[in-house]
Amino acid sequence: MSTPEPDFDDNPYDLLAEDHDEGHRWAFGTGFTDPLEGIDTSVPAGLDAAALARYCLALGDDALIYSHRLQQWVASLPELEEETAVANIALDLLGQARMLLARAGGILGRTEDDLAYFREEKEFGNVRLAEHADRDFAELVVRLLMFSAWRLALFESLSSAADPVLAAIAAKGVNELAYHRDYAAGWVVRLGDGTALSHAKTQAALDALWPLLGELFRPDPDALAAVDPGVFDAVLDTVLAAAGLNRPAAAPLALVGGRAGRDGVHTEAMGYILAELQSVARAHPDATW
Amino acid sequence: MVAPVTARTPAYDAAAGTPDPEIPVLTIEDLGILRTVNDCPDRGVVVTITPTYSGCPAMREIAADVQARLHRAGFERVTVATQLAPPWTTDWITAEGHRKLAAAGIAPPSAAPRRTGPVPLTLGPPSSPACPRCGSPDTRRTAQFGATACKSLHRCDACGEPFEAVKAL
Repeated sequence: MSTPEPDFDDNPYDLLAEDHDEGHRWAFGTGFTDPLEGIDTSVPAGLDAAALARYCLALGDDALIYSHRLQQWVASLPELEEETAVANIALDLLGQARMLLARAGGILGRTEDDLAYFREEKEFGNVRLAEHADRDFAELVVRLLMFSAWRLALFESLSSAADPVLAAIAAKGVNELAYHRDYAAGWVVRLGDGTALSHAKTQAALDALWPLLGELFRPDPDALAAVDPGVFDAVLDTVLAAAGLNRPAAAPLALVGGRAGRDGVHTEAMGYILAELQSVARAHPDATW
Repeated sequence: MVAPVTARTPAYDAAAGTPDPEIPVLTIEDLGILRTVNDCPDRGVVVTITPTYSGCPAMREIAADVQARLHRAGFERVTVATQLAPPWTTDWITAEGHRKLAAAGIAPPSAAPRRTGPVPLTLGPPSSPACPRCGSPDTRRTAQFGATACKSLHRCDACGEPFEAVKAL
C-alpha cells in the first residue's frame, strides 16, 4: 500500500474565499436571498399598502423576537429531544419572520436585514409576550402554549386574508404552529399533572405570564384578521383542565399612555434582545451572510 | 397526489433529478416540491419550487443545485422561483418517494390531516408508525422534532432500533 503524496496546496479553507459560479455557498444555509423571490408581490387594489406593511412587520416582529428568545434556550434545555424541538420551533418562526419582513420590506423599499438589524426598539411592533425572558422550562412551555395557540388561530383566519401573499405565508405557517402548540400543550399537561414541584412551578409560570395575554386581543386598525378570544380560551381551558392548573384572574399588563407592543412600547427585556440580535450587523454594516 | 401535471421535457427531467440536500435518497420530484418547469422564450427555463417549511434552510441549496443541473444539461438561462400557495403537504410525496424513504430506514408519513375549521388540539398519546427496519407496529415516538424540520424521532420496541419518520403535515 502506498500513501499518496500529501497536497499541501489543497486547503479546504480556500473554498471560503472562492467565487462559485453555480451559486453554491461556503456553508449550508448561507447565501440568503429574498425568500419571496419569484412571487407576485403587487399589493391588491383596494388595500392600504402602508397599513399592510405595518401589519406584516408586526407579525414578522412577533416571530423574529420570539425565535430569538427560543434560540437563547438552545444548549440549556433539560434533554436532547427538547433541544431539537426548541431549535426547530425557533427555525420555523424565523422562516415566518423572514417572509413577513420581506413582504413588508417590499412595500417599504427596505430589505429584511435592514428591517431586522437597523430599526430602533420603538420601531418594533411585536407584542410584549414575544420578548418575555423565560425564567425556567415551565415558563418556556406555558408561554409557547399561549403564543402558538394565539398565532395559530390568527394564521387560520389570515389564510383567507385580502392580501394573497400574507394569506399564503399564514396558510404555510398553520401546520407549523399546530405542531408548536401540541408540543407546548403536551409539556404543560405533563408538568401541571406531574410532581408537586412541577405543578407549583407551572402554575407560577401561568400566573406570571397571564397579564401578557390581554394585549393579544386589543383592536388593531391595521389587522386583516382577528382571533376570537372564545376560541383561544377554549383551547387554553382544555389544556389547563387536563393539567390540573387553575386559570388565573390577574389583570392585563398595563398599557403605557394607552400604548403597548404593537405601538413600539416594550418591556425592559426588549433592549437586551436587540443588543444581542443586532450587534454583529451593526458592527459590520456591509456584511452579507 | 395533488402535484401539477408537467410535461416531461428535457428541462423538467434535469430539474426533477435534483436530490434533496437533507434527505438525499429523494429527489425534489419525489418530495413533491418541484411545482412546474417552463421553458419560456423570453426568460429561459423557469423552475418553480415550493418550501416544505417556512424556515427550511435547504431551499437555497436546492435552487443552486437545480441551476447547476440545468446548466450542465445545456440550459443557459435558468430562473428558480418560489411558490407558497397552496402550501406543501406530505401528501405530495410520491409513491416512489414513500418507497425510497422506507428503503432508507425512514418511516414515510401517513396521510396528512384534512381539516375544515380550527386545528384540533392533540393531547393524547402520539401515534407512531411501523418500524421501517423490522415492520413491527410496536414503536413509540421519542421526540416530536428531529434533526431536520420535517422529521420526528421514534424507537422500535421489537428490534430496539431508533428510527426517523417524516411528520405527516
